[in-house]
Amino acid sequence: MSGALEAKPAIDVLPVERETVPVATETPLRAFVSDFIESKVAVGGFALLATIVLAAVFAPWIAPQNPYDLGVISILDGRLPPGAEGMDGMTFWLGTDSMGRDMLSAILYGLRISLGVGVTSGIIAVGIGLCVGLLAAYFGGKVDTVIMRVVDLQLSFPAILVALILLAVLGKGVDKIIIALVVVQWAYYTRTVRASALVERRKEYVEAALCLALGTRHVLFRHMLPNVLPPLIVVATVQVAHAIALEATLSFLGLGLPITEPSLGLLIANGFDYMLSGKYWISFFPGIALLVTIVSINLVGDRLRDVLNPRLQK
Amino acid sequence: MTVFVIRRLMQAALVILVMSLLVFFGVHVVGNPVDILINPMFTQEEYERAVQSLGLDRPIHEQYVVFLGNALRGELGDSFVFGQPALELILQRLPATLELALAALLMAIVIGLPLGVWAGLNPEARSSRLIMGGSILGFSLPTFWVGIMMIMVFAVMLGWLPSGGRGRTVDVLGIEVSFLTWDGLRHLILPALNLALLKMALVTRLARAGTREAALQDYVKFARAKGLTRRRVVLVHIVKNIMIPIVTVLGLEFGTLIAFSVVTETVFAWPGMGKLIIDSIQVLDRPIIVAYLMIIVFMFVIINLIVDVLYSVLDPRVRLQDIKQ
Repeated sequence: MSGALEAKPAIDVLPVERETVPVATETPLRAFVSDFIESKVAVGGFALLATIVLAAVFAPWIAPQNPYDLGVISILDGRLPPGAEGMDGMTFWLGTDSMGRDMLSAILYGLRISLGVGVTSGIIAVGIGLCVGLLAAYFGGKVDTVIMRVVDLQLSFPAILVALILLAVLGKGVDKIIIALVVVQWAYYTRTVRASALVERRKEYVEAALCLALGTRHVLFRHMLPNVLPPLIVVATVQVAHAIALEATLSFLGLGLPITEPSLGLLIANGFDYMLSGKYWISFFPGIALLVTIVSINLVGDRLRDVLNPRLQK
Repeated sequence: MTVFVIRRLMQAALVILVMSLLVFFGVHVVGNPVDILINPMFTQEEYERAVQSLGLDRPIHEQYVVFLGNALRGELGDSFVFGQPALELILQRLPATLELALAALLMAIVIGLPLGVWAGLNPEARSSRLIMGGSILGFSLPTFWVGIMMIMVFAVMLGWLPSGGRGRTVDVLGIEVSFLTWDGLRHLILPALNLALLKMALVTRLARAGTREAALQDYVKFARAKGLTRRRVVLVHIVKNIMIPIVTVLGLEFGTLIAFSVVTETVFAWPGMGKLIIDSIQVLDRPIIVAYLMIIVFMFVIINLIVDVLYSVLDPRVRLQDIKQ
């Protein structure tokens, strides 16, 4: 009986689907979503990323303990292996560090800082890249030449070297590392925006807008900007993953964040000191968290590139 | 051609000048120059004498001219920690870094190329998919963490290889090298492999793409029609032809290898330039920091210059386009 009931709606649904697909009322967003979910791997990556972001945002509520509240942690629980039980009966699923902090909680708090720094620097760099790239493409000539020379020059140095030079001069701090990451990234965004804006610049709608004597700013930001966004979104996703990895590397080297803002990179660096005595978990698990974050962002970015690339669309 | 080289040389000189300005003003204006250039252990009298001898009481633009003049003569100050000229200290560490980078480059080719050719010849095989999946991992794994994990597995758990240092070195023409002794070689394997991973993934991808393309070419079909063995077709006709782009790209990437050696050297306590700069930043040994930054910028400008000139030799369009501008 239940089988018959289940089969019925399935038959009903099919014709409905056939009707809705060709109808032009499908919004771009809906088309984008339906394209995106065709890849199982990308959906998995997105689910993973969403979980990581939620875990990072709600870390103070879901973490078993506040790892930076000295009243909660006990040094007697120091360096316990994963799954061990602490003095007050709490189970440390991922072990503890030398100060007796629960690694799971430390990782959740660390994710918050790593993601925060990566995304903040990404947003600022995208803003700069959009403005500078649009200006270069719109005005062309001398402005374009100067901007692109600077971009080429900077991209001829590896990102890690640029960040190293900056941090050696600036010193440690959350603001300093964000500055360094912005400087490292803006050139990529500028180049992407300029390339697609140059194509848009020659299209009729821009000419039409100019014929209507609309202001420069209006044409740039109302007409051209929305059309250069798709490739920018793709580059931005991949770049955020790079920024997070770079921040972790710099923090590991002791150049990035101060000890009061323990990102994943710093957690790994702290664990490194105990690695030679076989206490692998202090740097192993933060590394896994970092790796899963980077891979999930890349999976989503890969799919976005396929979906948003106009050359691949019919 | 000469015009092109002269233009590029002028650009390179400009870049070095701009970088020297940035480094100088970064160190002297953002930070307090007195803290930066004078040993904090000094007494009040020594301190004042040092301010005068360093010319810190003079206007900033005059100081820059003096700094530039000293830099041109290779005088970038003495290290606080070692008490030796900073430049000399860094150049002493240069061979270790170069040895590591070259070993990594070699490993990237020796391991990456066969994997890529195999994946290109058998694109549908499961092993090829595994190789390509692995190469994606090679791109996304953070180098320093992989290094730590290598130490954990090979040095701590298995105990096969040492966890850090350079081991016994041999003096060859006044340069200390590790790869000629068994002990040094054992010390070299892990750091070189760690540094090579990223480039290995790159070589694998390039080799696979090249092989897939070359396998369809007429000369390969002809070679097979002639009845040559598969081995000869692959080794002579395919591999020889795909080597050109791979060698070019790796040449371009050599600079990034040196930059990334900062990370690998720190993880494996490899006594090269990278470890020196990180240690110097930790203890605020500023003359070394300034000297390192100037040297590394100089090195990169030279590498970029060589690459540009080589490109213009190989592809005349590059040079013509530049002159037309």
